[in-house]
Amino acid sequence: MSAPTKGSGFAWVGRSIRRVEDPTLLMGRGRFTADLPATYRVRFVRSSVAAGEIKKITVPANAIVFTAADLSAVKPIAPALHKFGYVPVVQPVLAAGFVRFVGEPIAAAVAGSEAEAEDIADGVTVDIGEAAPIIDARLALADGAPLVHVQAARNVIVEGKMETPGFAAAQSAAHRLVAIEVRSRRQNATPIEARAGHAVFDPASGRVTLTCTTQMPHLMRTAIADLIGIPESELRVIAPDVGGGFGQKMSLVPEYVVLVWLARKLRNSVAWTEDRRENLIASFHSRDQYIRLQGAFNAGAKFVALSAEVIANVGAYSCYPTTCAVEPLMAMAELPGPYDVRAYACVARGVLTNTCPMAPYRGVSRPVITMALERLMDLAAAEFGLEPVEIRRRNLIDKFPYTSVTGLVFDEATYRQTLDMVSEALDVPAFRRRQSQARSQGRYLGIGFATFSERTGYGTPAFAARGMGVTPGWETVELTMDPSGHLELRIGASPHGQGLPTTLAQLVADELGLSPDRIKVVHGDTDRTPYGWGTFASRSLVIAGGASVLAARKVHTKLKKIASHLLEAATDDIVLEDGVARVAGTDRAIPIEELARAAYHQLHLFKGEIDPAISETATYDPPGTFSNACHASIVEVDPETGRVTIERFVVAEDAGRLVNPMIVDGQVVGGVAQGIGNALLEEIVYDDTGNILTATLADFLPPTSREIPPIELLHLETLGGTTITQSKGLGEGGTIGAPAAILNAVNDALAPFGVVINEMPATPQRIRAALREAGKKQA
Amino acid sequence: MSERSEITLTINGQAHSIRVEPRRTLVDAIREDCGQTGTHIGCEHGVCGACTILVDGAPVRSCLMFAVQAEGKEIRTVEGLANGDELNTLQRAFMEHHGLQCGFCTPGFLMLVTGVLEREPEISDEDLVDILSSNLCRCTGYQNIVKAVRAAASELRQRRTA
Repeated sequence: MSAPTKGSGFAWVGRSIRRVEDPTLLMGRGRFTADLPATYRVRFVRSSVAAGEIKKITVPANAIVFTAADLSAVKPIAPALHKFGYVPVVQPVLAAGFVRFVGEPIAAAVAGSEAEAEDIADGVTVDIGEAAPIIDARLALADGAPLVHVQAARNVIVEGKMETPGFAAAQSAAHRLVAIEVRSRRQNATPIEARAGHAVFDPASGRVTLTCTTQMPHLMRTAIADLIGIPESELRVIAPDVGGGFGQKMSLVPEYVVLVWLARKLRNSVAWTEDRRENLIASFHSRDQYIRLQGAFNAGAKFVALSAEVIANVGAYSCYPTTCAVEPLMAMAELPGPYDVRAYACVARGVLTNTCPMAPYRGVSRPVITMALERLMDLAAAEFGLEPVEIRRRNLIDKFPYTSVTGLVFDEATYRQTLDMVSEALDVPAFRRRQSQARSQGRYLGIGFATFSERTGYGTPAFAARGMGVTPGWETVELTMDPSGHLELRIGASPHGQGLPTTLAQLVADELGLSPDRIKVVHGDTDRTPYGWGTFASRSLVIAGGASVLAARKVHTKLKKIASHLLEAATDDIVLEDGVARVAGTDRAIPIEELARAAYHQLHLFKGEIDPAISETATYDPPGTFSNACHASIVEVDPETGRVTIERFVVAEDAGRLVNPMIVDGQVVGGVAQGIGNALLEEIVYDDTGNILTATLADFLPPTSREIPPIELLHLETLGGTTITQSKGLGEGGTIGAPAAILNAVNDALAPFGVVINEMPATPQRIRAALREAGKKQA
Repeated sequence: MSERSEITLTINGQAHSIRVEPRRTLVDAIREDCGQTGTHIGCEHGVCGACTILVDGAPVRSCLMFAVQAEGKEIRTVEGLANGDELNTLQRAFMEHHGLQCGFCTPGFLMLVTGVLEREPEISDEDLVDILSSNLCRCTGYQNIVKAVRAAASELRQRRTA
């Protein structure tokens, strides 16, 4: 590693050092779940119909196939929420009696190879008495609609409702009302590594080790041990190299429960590797929402009230641990965005349907609510005859801390500054001239903005406010310096591409005056790491990072004490720098490794004043912080084909202190790319019978390098006091802002046609349909 | 089940004698029968490109080829790129430009680009973006992959003319 730069107060934090995880991955030496050999391979028999009663399962002769009847001692998955009228529904790990979505696992076929297991699974026939399925959430709410679970009346599983005092009066006194209805189609997070699990029974200890592609190894251990009914000590869960997660890998996977059960039953190793079709139809979906918004504005185009109705299609079951309430409830809590809204009314429902269960996906609800709110802002701007930038400027919050109408506390941020940076970068007046010129030549350009906040790094109190049965939040780390003077940082967070083994080492290195290559981060193994919540919700750098700094400060204190004995100096006079403990201002110094050696092997030197070994534990449970950004794009829409070409995409973002700017930029650009997919390309399509029409990557279309333009990034670093590291999370922001910026730009481009598109993805088909419709009206 | 036949696959210069069913895909044979797990499986229908390898120098989706079809051909996989523990120019460029996050799609991109640059060292920056659209990456948003590949291509060109 190159020498640190002095002067910033930090030697390593703030530098784009290269990632320690890269060489292994680049040489093909990564260890992913599917790389493990197993005696048995499993293929799941899945439901081919969306709703019905299982009448009979017929298994080929001499085949090993397990069904719900065999797993009767395994408890069903029962996610819990104690608020908002949540109706508890349970999911058997293999369908028992009823099937509720196409793709639901019914039986496990086991054989010596994957091909043989597939042959057996193909030979299993499941006789299902089909029932009428309900696929669309709005239809599911109608009187007389079939019920997915009988206990959930009108298929409503959760309902958040709020109205601020004086809302109606504020709304009726408004100068102007602007209403909008938006639709977000269903998405699949689509990590390139689909789900995979491998469970092996150890006859010596009686334990099972489950290796699986998860973001939450400790939670998987808790959940699976609970369902099977064994002590957690009998189960070890390993998250090895994980090929992307984006939220899809944070929920409990029923198939993993079956694998652990099978390993115990067969007293052997069993593995399942999901294929892409299974991933697209039966892994978790997201973002399927209808939103109606009404903004009430005064004559100065400032919000006086906002009302919202949210319908989230949550699928056939609830996910563990968050429950399916995350999308509707996050929508209710965060819909007013970074705008100064003091009167607010909202009804947000989660609605059950015969579709694949919904679960968190990077951004969780906020890509949809941001699209809805930012579309509303553009419509309002048009009605007031204002530039989109101007109406945002008038409404953005700018005094901090700001307590929102839903009780969220926004810490210091730069909503207006980032908006100004982006509009300057795109030179809006010059663009308007170019736009009008282009229109006269039959070319349609548009500009679109999205300003938003990204709630990150929140701990237990924030999750507790939702009434979750399982309340995540804190993180613990253990930092041990061994006798050689090297450090091991064991974390409960579970990175899978975010670069945490590098960034946490940077944080600890600065606390101890060492080089990051002395610090090895250990994660993703319940036998080797303290209990923790894993990696999701843009939390790990903030929370595990904060805990790492706290632990490092304890080690720092101990090293100084040891040094004060060995150097015969006052503890306060000792400084740690460049790998040594030094008496400040002198040349009396002792290398860190000698201090480490003494703490283990020369304890008698310290006359009982120092405990043996160097190992510290620290926990951090922060209140949470909001990072912020403004996204803007310029697009060209071809009215003949409906094709959207993104000409420019600019992001100005503020996530506080950037520990490793290279990694930060990677997170932002990667998120924007997913947001562009959300806006223009990706859609899970069900037919009326509940069958999925997008079961390959030739139908469900993540963007390629051709669809992603160069993304221009601008940074601000607001150093507030809400987190230990002064860093804010930023893993999700890219996905949150991009869809709104793109949709606004597409609508701006199509304005001359009188066309409005409030649905994503804005595919060529949808754009052409809207243009045809507009053409008819004009004709 | 069908008969297995004995074949020899030559991967990164090393011969592997294996017995496979005719339906065994090349990627399964490479990973499971030959133990070379650096090549990954992303979709098994030829879209994502995670399983891209070189067969007689050409980038191939190894999920769309049967193992028996690869007999007698020269197969190259990601494990053959580095010299011991020393990354090659392209691998170094990916690290330098942060062209990978989770690293799952990376072997496919590396092999795709290796094949293309060997065949067409003077390829334009614009054509490279087209070539890279053969494979899917869900983490990086491609920008850094494009940067890494352009840097590697330029370094390799300079080295050749020097």
